Amino acid sequence: MSGRVLVGVKRVIDYAVKIRVKPDHTGVVTDGVKHSMNPFCEIAVEEAVKLKEKKLIKEVVAVSCGPQQVQETIRTALAMGADRGIHVEVSGKDYETLGPLQVSKILAALAKKEQADLIILGKQAIDDDCNQTGQMTAALLDWPQGTFASEVTLDADKLKVVREIDGGLETIKIKMPAVVTADLRLNTPRYATLPNIMKAKKKKIANVKPADLGVDVSSRLEVLKVDEPPQRQAGVKVETVDDLVGKLKEAGRI
Amino acid sequence: MAAARALARGVLLGSYSICRSRSLIFNSVQKRGIAACIDPSIGLTDEQKEFQKVAFDFAANEMAPHMAEWDQKEIFPVEAMRKAAQLGFGGIYVNPDVGGSGLSRLDTSIIFEALSTGCVSTTAYISIHNMCAWMIDTFGNNEQREKFCPDLCSMQRFASYCLTEPGSGSDAASLLTSANLKGDHYILNGSKAFISGGGDTDVYVVMCRTGGKGPKGISCLVVEKGTPGLSFGKKEKKVGWNSQPTRAVIFEDCAVPVTNRLGAEGEGFSIAMKGLNGGRINIASCSLGAAHASVLLARDHMCVRKQFGETLSNSQFLQFRLAEMATKLVASRLLLRQAAVALQEGRPDAVSLCSMAKLFVTDECFSICNQALQIHGGYGYLKDYAVQQYVRDIRVHQILEGTNEVMRMIIARSLLSES
Repeated sequence: MSGRVLVGVKRVIDYAVKIRVKPDHTGVVTDGVKHSMNPFCEIAVEEAVKLKEKKLIKEVVAVSCGPQQVQETIRTALAMGADRGIHVEVSGKDYETLGPLQVSKILAALAKKEQADLIILGKQAIDDDCNQTGQMTAALLDWPQGTFASEVTLDADKLKVVREIDGGLETIKIKMPAVVTADLRLNTPRYATLPNIMKAKKKKIANVKPADLGVDVSSRLEVLKVDEPPQRQAGVKVETVDDLVGKLKEAGRI
Repeated sequence: MAAARALARGVLLGSYSICRSRSLIFNSVQKRGIAACIDPSIGLTDEQKEFQKVAFDFAANEMAPHMAEWDQKEIFPVEAMRKAAQLGFGGIYVNPDVGGSGLSRLDTSIIFEALSTGCVSTTAYISIHNMCAWMIDTFGNNEQREKFCPDLCSMQRFASYCLTEPGSGSDAASLLTSANLKGDHYILNGSKAFISGGGDTDVYVVMCRTGGKGPKGISCLVVEKGTPGLSFGKKEKKVGWNSQPTRAVIFEDCAVPVTNRLGAEGEGFSIAMKGLNGGRINIASCSLGAAHASVLLARDHMCVRKQFGETLSNSQFLQFRLAEMATKLVASRLLLRQAAVALQEGRPDAVSLCSMAKLFVTDECFSICNQALQIHGGYGYLKDYAVQQYVRDIRVHQILEGTNEVMRMIIARSLLSES
């Protein structure tokens, strides 16, 4: 057991920004728009750092895939307590089409290279809401997965994960190495402290290319069109219940 | 950090996307509006952007939701400030060897500007506290630094700066509080006025007269709460800055050990003025944060409010007004950051530049916040909307830490003395 945890962090458009669709409908405007770490990734980093503080694991490695700017996101993870970072360089068209399948291949390759015992990811990213990367990574590595985790307890080489599911809470026990994806209530991420931000400057971020990991990042998906959600239509007021039933029948609802 | 907490709050509230005007009214979700041309992170290093991010997150999560309550109920938010101190905000430019964060004046300005968007009054107090911690760190001997600074940096203890008296405001050097040497103690007699934090804070950095008239007769003493002879006046009722108590500080045969004197006798005025250079940068930074927040509030309101069949954002007059506000904001920010750099480097023009920055920034930012209130129309006058609190809170920045008139005196003297 190496005691090493890999945490994936994604740079996404900040949650507070008003999203605008590009005039050519190929995507959303990202130039000059404020970006930050995906909130679920923050929760993942926090969990990893907590495990390190409890001395249950030895090293936290923050990983991000993308162009030069993702180094900011890795630095934020370092400021929160990660020990070192890995920047997988993906830029231009490759970055625009980068999706869960390619990222999970990259993470799987890194997990083998770094001999990681545990991968913690956010359950989904707030830009694409895919909720696939964790599951795919586990499948590629043939590792057990504890997704939508609201509580994680480590005991020697086993993980007890309490999962948030539609019917309530499900508790599972999985053997390490494993993949865990963080849900909202797993923890409350800490603020980076000023001293930690300064210490983070000295921590190393290694640069790696997908080709070095033997991963092909070309996409099998093609985005045809991106549109805004339809404008909310005005409602109609009706006088009687009969009118209501009539209107519903008209709209084909009943 | 901000996003996860905001999401959690959204989940608890049931629906993140409550109708926009309601969220503007009740400030239930502080929209960190993004407007590229006035983005305060432009031109900063990556590390400074990290500092700024923490400060913005802290302001949005720990301060903004409470700023109205702190103002209306006059609450001194000790717990929130101690949380800020845990992040390193208690002694931002104090030496790390006594618990400070060891950052530059520019880093400090950036941090206070961001914190101020959450609550001007609380941030202003934190900046005064920082100034006192720095004075002890810089002018104190090792015993004094080790005795006071660690607790101040962690905000285990809070500090107040005591210079102004009922009879000496702008004419600070004419202060009358006397400190007569008797054995190994100074006996203090007199009173200080308008002391921020007075009565609730633990450590008082007091400028008092140990020698003859004028600035050369003034020394700086650290007085601890609980010292016999130290008492406080009534809590003042103010137009703004209500999250910090303001009281007179009264000395009646108050005995303070000589070992509590910072620096030598007669150095007190110089220490006070050096503290104020940084204090002026900090106060101006607080004005800047309020103005930034107000421009965004005005912009958002203009996009929502409709009159004469269209949103206010279609009115050319208001567009021009908003553009002027944004321009003044950015100009203020640039001047202030330059002054911070000059102070950090100890440049000969630092004092004048700090005075220019304090003068310009506090005046312009008040004008910006005031115009933002006007753009809100009648709603701007309601306490449900944050803009009135920004206006009330930063009004005093044009008065304290040296009135803007005194700033002109300093600048004029610098111009006319070179002949």
